[in-house]
Amino acid sequence: MAILEVKNIEKHFGSTKVLEDVSFSLEEGNALAIIGSSGSGKTTLLRCLNFLEMPDKGSITVRGETLFDASAPAAEWEKNLRKKRLHFGMVFQSFNLFPQYTALENVTLAEKLLAQERPDFKQNKKEIYDEIDKHGLELLAQMGLSERTGHYPHQLSGGQQQRVAIARALALKPDILCFDEPTSALDPELTGEVLKVIRGLAEQKTTMIIVTHEMAFARDVADQIIFMDEGVIVEQGAPKDVIDNPKEERTKQFLTRYTQG
Amino acid sequence: MFWTVTQSLLNGLATTFQIFIMTLVFALPLGLIFAFASMSKWKPLRFLMQIIVWVVRGTPLMLQLIIIFYGPGLWLGQNIWSGGESGRLTATVVAFAFNYACYFSVIFRGGIESVPAGQREAGEVLGMTRSQIFFKVTLLQMIKRVVPPMSNEIITLVKDTSLARIIAAYELTFAGYSFMKSDGLTWPLFYTGVFYLLFVGILTLLFNYIERKLDYFK
Repeated sequence: MAILEVKNIEKHFGSTKVLEDVSFSLEEGNALAIIGSSGSGKTTLLRCLNFLEMPDKGSITVRGETLFDASAPAAEWEKNLRKKRLHFGMVFQSFNLFPQYTALENVTLAEKLLAQERPDFKQNKKEIYDEIDKHGLELLAQMGLSERTGHYPHQLSGGQQQRVAIARALALKPDILCFDEPTSALDPELTGEVLKVIRGLAEQKTTMIIVTHEMAFARDVADQIIFMDEGVIVEQGAPKDVIDNPKEERTKQFLTRYTQG
Repeated sequence: MFWTVTQSLLNGLATTFQIFIMTLVFALPLGLIFAFASMSKWKPLRFLMQIIVWVVRGTPLMLQLIIIFYGPGLWLGQNIWSGGESGRLTATVVAFAFNYACYFSVIFRGGIESVPAGQREAGEVLGMTRSQIFFKVTLLQMIKRVVPPMSNEIITLVKDTSLARIIAAYELTFAGYSFMKSDGLTWPLFYTGVFYLLFVGILTLLFNYIERKLDYFK
């Protein structure tokens, strides 16, 4: 069974239709890349999955549990919205690290706040926090940032900041990790280090959805590609089909523009 | 004479200081509540806040103080402020706290709104509650941004306390002025000014310190 099933998502901003009848599913351990030009609805789709936007129609199911169903009463799906969000991790284009916290604190903050809800928190506070710090340090080490754990975001390069953001998103062990154009805000020479980390995650079979403009990277890393245009999925399938042998005219045009640079 | 004046001014300073501190104690949290009210999703509340802020900022603090101090006695036929100095102080603090809360609320709102939406969103996707996002993510960033405008307001407050003289609260300016009236002395007025300067000087150092303390992040 698919880990994620998205059915018939529709989203309007005022009278503008941003997403229309978007459906796809994702298998556990697979990486999905969403490509398409600006304004095609890729980012909105990702924001719907994280409940930063509420779809007007459709449903979102993770591991068989329906997290969102627009046809159900609002009170129904608003319940435990906070916990439902934890199924998804999110890495933003502009990092959105918390400036007043060090790299390690950024990674551990949410986990520490969640731990406060544990029944044994009061007795074992120190052990729990130590455990979380240890986990945070491991994640930063995995990102190649062992030397930077005590640095504040403004003391880090863009690539380093984005790697901290990835560690932060991983800290809560989400089922699905989402990337919203993770390298678009970076200087070209810094994109490599971030892509390398994401590639590493793909090798470890992390379930991921990556909105990206890096075509070569998408073809390499993704198991599945979705091409979106004007709020609809135009074409989806394996990279070798969508990127190398697109069937739809709109996909071909888009890819031609990209390969021409 | 110098010592008599000094002692008198120190007494006045104590009152000034009380008004100053008590105003801050009430106006800071009230200002934050007003700021949230003015950003409420519920339109009538937002509208009400706009009216309140308009009226409070649009009329002299001195006038507000007179109305708050004498109003209840004239309208209700009985003074709600206890007699003597303590009643005058209470009325002053009520007027000042409400007035300053309105000014603070505008500064706080600006500070909250200047924190990028991405900060809140990052908190949301990490499963934080709204209050966790406010207290753990937004608040410190907001404080950093509002320190310079707040230092302006708080320094103005030091000098505004002299308005309490209008309802005969024996604060610093009243104390200095009384020597001119009774003994025809003008130098205590300048001496009074020195007290304000020192007060504001200490505050300035304090604000510089806070700004430096918050300099560790951008």
